Amino acid sequence: MEETPAEEGDTNKDVEVAPALIAVHPTEKSVAVAVGSDLRVFDLVGNCPVSLVDESEAPYHKDSIRTICYGSKGKLFVSAGDDKTVKIWSTESWRCIFNVVSEKRVSAAAISPNGLHICFADKFGVIWVVDLDGGVDGTQPLANKKAVSLLSHYCSIITSLEFSLDGQFLVSADRDFKIRVTTFPTKPVNEAHEIQSFCLGHTDFVSCIAFISNLECSHGFLISGSGDSTVRLWDILSGSLLDTCDIGDKVELLESKEREGCHSAVTSLCTIADGALVAVAVQSLHGIILLNCDLSNHTLSVVKVVSISEETFIPTSLSTSCSTGYLWMVTGVSSLHNLGHSSLARVKVISGFNKDDPNSTANKVSIVEDDAIPGGMKLLEKLQGGLTFDEKMFLAAAEAVKTAMSNLLTKKQYSTEKRDFRKRTRNDRKLKQ
Amino acid sequence: MLENDANPTISKSTGLPRKRFYRARAHSNPLSDSHFPVPISPSEVDYSLHYPQLFPSNDQRDRSKKIEFADIGCGFGGLLISLSTLFPETLMIGMELRDKVTEYVKERILALRVAHPGQYQNISVDRTNSMKYIPNYFEKAQLSKMFFLFPDPHFKEKNHRRRVISPHLLDEYAYALRVGGIIYTITDVEELGEWMKTCLENHPLFEALTSEELEADPAVKLLSSATEEGQKVARNEGQTFQAVYRRISAAP
Repeated sequence: MEETPAEEGDTNKDVEVAPALIAVHPTEKSVAVAVGSDLRVFDLVGNCPVSLVDESEAPYHKDSIRTICYGSKGKLFVSAGDDKTVKIWSTESWRCIFNVVSEKRVSAAAISPNGLHICFADKFGVIWVVDLDGGVDGTQPLANKKAVSLLSHYCSIITSLEFSLDGQFLVSADRDFKIRVTTFPTKPVNEAHEIQSFCLGHTDFVSCIAFISNLECSHGFLISGSGDSTVRLWDILSGSLLDTCDIGDKVELLESKEREGCHSAVTSLCTIADGALVAVAVQSLHGIILLNCDLSNHTLSVVKVVSISEETFIPTSLSTSCSTGYLWMVTGVSSLHNLGHSSLARVKVISGFNKDDPNSTANKVSIVEDDAIPGGMKLLEKLQGGLTFDEKMFLAAAEAVKTAMSNLLTKKQYSTEKRDFRKRTRNDRKLKQ
Repeated sequence: MLENDANPTISKSTGLPRKRFYRARAHSNPLSDSHFPVPISPSEVDYSLHYPQLFPSNDQRDRSKKIEFADIGCGFGGLLISLSTLFPETLMIGMELRDKVTEYVKERILALRVAHPGQYQNISVDRTNSMKYIPNYFEKAQLSKMFFLFPDPHFKEKNHRRRVISPHLLDEYAYALRVGGIIYTITDVEELGEWMKTCLENHPLFEALTSEELEADPAVKLLSSATEEGQKVARNEGQTFQAVYRRISAAP
């Protein structure tokens, strides 16, 4: 490994920021936002902010949170990130019921559909599993759980982790363009050895994956977003690519600014209305792109670009619950060192989705006014940490998130000439001419 | 050939490339970022580039004929060349991380094809990091044999994750190998030999070959004799440690 000069290390520290994340309870009982090391939860049933209770040895997160998610049953919530701890919370009491220590920074996490296992991925590409046996109801005292290694992507950063809807497969996406589908074993402590398929086709890092439910297919169809500015639809049993939807040109059209040669990476995606629609967040896009997913014909197509024009809002994370017609969005960043600003977050909601007729949705979706959002201003105050913002900060935040993402996930590119130049003194090259 | 007279990297007597012009470091870091082209998926591996006589056009090629043997870390290509004539109908590929060494093997195969018309058309080599990109080259159950001959021992415990045989990487090899396919490993480092054997023994998708099966397998004999590394060990009267295992289907 090459040594990096000291000053380069310093600048890296500056640009290493984490995007704000959002997650909604499956039946919309609560909403959680993570900004930097701060986890903020709002209770939509009681219509009040939640104070988290963490009595573990290392209470609360000490560094940027990189992943948050609810279990599909809504009883558990996981948060994890750069401080190498995975915290498992009960969504009833909002107490931290398990504290798992990771050897490396955590980049992704998922809860199995039956709520019995938590999987998380570290920055070296190893996926770990925690068996939650018992203790889930949150009544037992806090215990420290040990994680067991399950599988590994060889030295690649895992960007996203999801269970198939039936819990039969664990799907992991990485920065080396790969999506791996692994049979989730009945005894995960003995590791997961059976690879069902690899979904290969992306030509840049895979940033996000999600499942779409389908009656004929219990494990669901997989969609993925990538740095190559496409969203792709996959059959996970065979790993075959069903359709590719290029969203790059949509973003280009919208902002006719000069941005040649630079892809607009997909940063987040989320399925709405039972998967008939997919919301996509893209770097530099003020708003979201809505895709229609036609599973009978295996196609993905752009329905509409929902743009947010009245203020700077480039969402960093999207989430939705299965029960309501709201799409929750957040934009923000853990910190902005150079501007002397700490964390920044802004939440917005889109409504008007119609699952029975995805095509009519195009005309009906609209951005909900701040005071009409479920939970209203109280929610915004909690999740955003305030109500007033400097517009310019968001642009800087979006830039910072973009740079951090490309530093983290894109390989440095060297031109062929530069590479050949370095080989110039090699014997086999020198004498060949 | 006239050009050869002017090119000192090619031996005048045999027409083969001379190894001393392709000396490389013995080790390469498998963890570092790769800056060579990698096929996006197995269907994008260009067979016409690797086996031009057998596949004149990549677009119209017979898609049913695929690479079946992979020599991981093929080094200077000794095993490939021996296997080529032993299994003339089988397509095989060597994978090597060190650029210069790959260049040597490429030149060597080209020279052999010229010297023996019609032969050595079934072997090729590619520069790649096989610890990262096996799924980019091979579909599920595509391979019938995988060879790991004299891999880098990586003695330090903190470097064990760089070993090419490891519990997690075996999952990927099991994916690429068909049921009944065979994985061959050999080393002159006792500690590594133990490690590879233990990894394979503990993996639920592999079982050891019996001594009769080892005896009957022509590829086993090549393990210690065909490669440059193996010949070096034999010259120094060193010991070798081999582990040969079969891919089995998962217990229900």
